[in-house]
Amino acid sequence: MSATAGGEDASTRAGDLPQAPGDDVMVLAENVHKSFGRLEVLRGIDLEVRRGEVMCVVGPSGSGKSTFLRCINHLEKINGGRLWVNGRLMGYRQHGGRLYELRDSQVAAQRRDIGMVFQAFNLFPHMSVLGNVVEAPVRVKREPRAAARETAMELLDKVGLADKAASFPRQLSGGQQQRVAIARALAMRPELMLFDEPTSALDPELVGEVLDVMKDLAREGMTMVVVTHEMGFAREVGDSLVFMDGGVVVESGAPKRVLTDPQHERTRAFLSKVL
Amino acid sequence: MSTPTPTEGRAAPEPIKAVPVRHPGRWIAAAVLLVLAAMFVNMLVTNDKFNWPFLLENMFSPPVLYGVWTTLKLTVLAMAVGISLGIAVAVMRLSGNPILAGLAWVYTWFFRAVPRLVLCVLFGNMGILYQNLELGLPFDNYWMPALGLDGDARFYSVPMNEVLTPFMAALLALALSQGAYMAEIVRAGLLSVDKGQTEAAQALGMGRGLILRRITLPQALRVIVPPTGNEVTAMLKDTSLVSAIPLTTELFFQLQAIGNRTFDLFPMLVAACLWYLAITSLLMVGQFFLERSFTRGDRSAQAEVTIMQSKAGH
Ligand SMILES: Nc1ncnc2c1ncn2[C@@H]1O[C@H](COP(=O)(O)OP(=O)(O)OP(=O)(O)O)[C@@H](O)[C@H]1O
Ligand SMILES: [Mg+2]
Repeated sequence: MSATAGGEDASTRAGDLPQAPGDDVMVLAENVHKSFGRLEVLRGIDLEVRRGEVMCVVGPSGSGKSTFLRCINHLEKINGGRLWVNGRLMGYRQHGGRLYELRDSQVAAQRRDIGMVFQAFNLFPHMSVLGNVVEAPVRVKREPRAAARETAMELLDKVGLADKAASFPRQLSGGQQQRVAIARALAMRPELMLFDEPTSALDPELVGEVLDVMKDLAREGMTMVVVTHEMGFAREVGDSLVFMDGGVVVESGAPKRVLTDPQHERTRAFLSKVL
Repeated sequence: MSTPTPTEGRAAPEPIKAVPVRHPGRWIAAAVLLVLAAMFVNMLVTNDKFNWPFLLENMFSPPVLYGVWTTLKLTVLAMAVGISLGIAVAVMRLSGNPILAGLAWVYTWFFRAVPRLVLCVLFGNMGILYQNLELGLPFDNYWMPALGLDGDARFYSVPMNEVLTPFMAALLALALSQGAYMAEIVRAGLLSVDKGQTEAAQALGMGRGLILRRITLPQALRVIVPPTGNEVTAMLKDTSLVSAIPLTTELFFQLQAIGNRTFDLFPMLVAACLWYLAITSLLMVGQFFLERSFTRGDRSAQAEVTIMQSKAGH
């Protein structure tokens, strides 16, 4: 008898699950948990990124910032909670109070309108700069090659690298590579861009050129989640700032407010070290 | 006290003229080896057991040339099937699916453990297992009677000896064995590609097959191609094993047959050496150019960077 009651209980709870968020919400995370084996990396993340918002995420090393970003486009599978992007539950289909895992191809389709930029650039070294940018539009979206090239050249022009179209990644400086990586992500016309410490691997004099491209992007209204140590960028461009520590969001709010008047002791301690 | 003046305006010093160190040991060793080489050449020319006219006459006779053709065909086909198998098995090994990975492991384990000569003879005798090769539903001899049905559930049947010709047996033995070695080479190649490459491709919405075909496999080739070149040479030589099946059209079998028929075996064995030497040398030239073309992208890239730097310097 008790087993049946438990089953009913579970199903009603599943039925009460929050439904997909409204149109103006790009990312909605509800109580997101993620463990690697016994290591609990994310311990209940709740946050909302509105369409057109630039959210900066800061926090000490190991606090789970990268992991959370990778959960957003389902490079990591979450163990608990719910994560919606652009109104769709990432990695699952919810039906009749139950969750069904999506197939690889369906997950791949969900990722198409989420761009991601990595700390290590991860350009494809065996393809030219232009090849890197047209690859996904041509192979994934099946855009005609000529049209894809035209768009790619426009994007390369936008990041200031039209003259490098025929070069190979290893011939470029770090800053140039990262700008190509941004162009490559934009070529899929994403509605959301994720940046994981995009300038951390760069020499100080190259940081500015990448941040400038990101500022342009923000100005054009792109929704962005940026994990960064660049507090100046967060203050100037960010609409919101999230401070993570130990796998939870400790504090969030307007960047100026969080940076100048942190409410929590942990935020204060972290900021005193990095500012 | 005079401080050294800057190099500018100073005359270049006279080139050093010194007595070089002598190496008498090298000269003695070279002399000994030269004498041995001369003795060897003398033997080749004067010892009539080599029977050079007979050797040259038969080395290019039609059955031997057909043997060369069979050997080349077998090498190319066995390598082609072996490489395809190797890629498939390596992908299975890395798939993360325990059943596929386990199967792949067992396959590699078996075909790397059993010698090729044994495989050749084994596949040559495979015909005794079944009279006919049949296509149909599995285990029909159990479940058809159990359901009270007569007959069988087989739709297609060919005699085994029509399918498993000596050439097929040879190809199967060599290709399956090669597949196991290629699987290890391809796996090492795929593992050499940075994980960030797969993640970047996934983030762009690319699926598994596309990522393998367009991103990881092309980059793995730099690690896969050099050992594969060596495998081709090894395969060419191992085709001589199929004379044990026996595959009678193959090069080594043909040369041996002529030798046995004429009671003059030794020249034919030398002819076999010469043929394998010639083809292997050609393959090595091909390998050299293939490997060079694979590193060309890097070298021209390097050259361009150097040019850019020297321009920036001016
Ligand atoms: N694939 C993985 N397997 C096991 N543990 C992992 C894995 N990825 C991350 N971790 C662990 O999860 C924790 C959080 O890692 P994460 O990369 O999210 O931190 P972070 O906030 O991005 O740190 P950093 O500022 O150094 O990049 C770390 O303790 C890390 O060792
Ligand atoms: Mg990180």
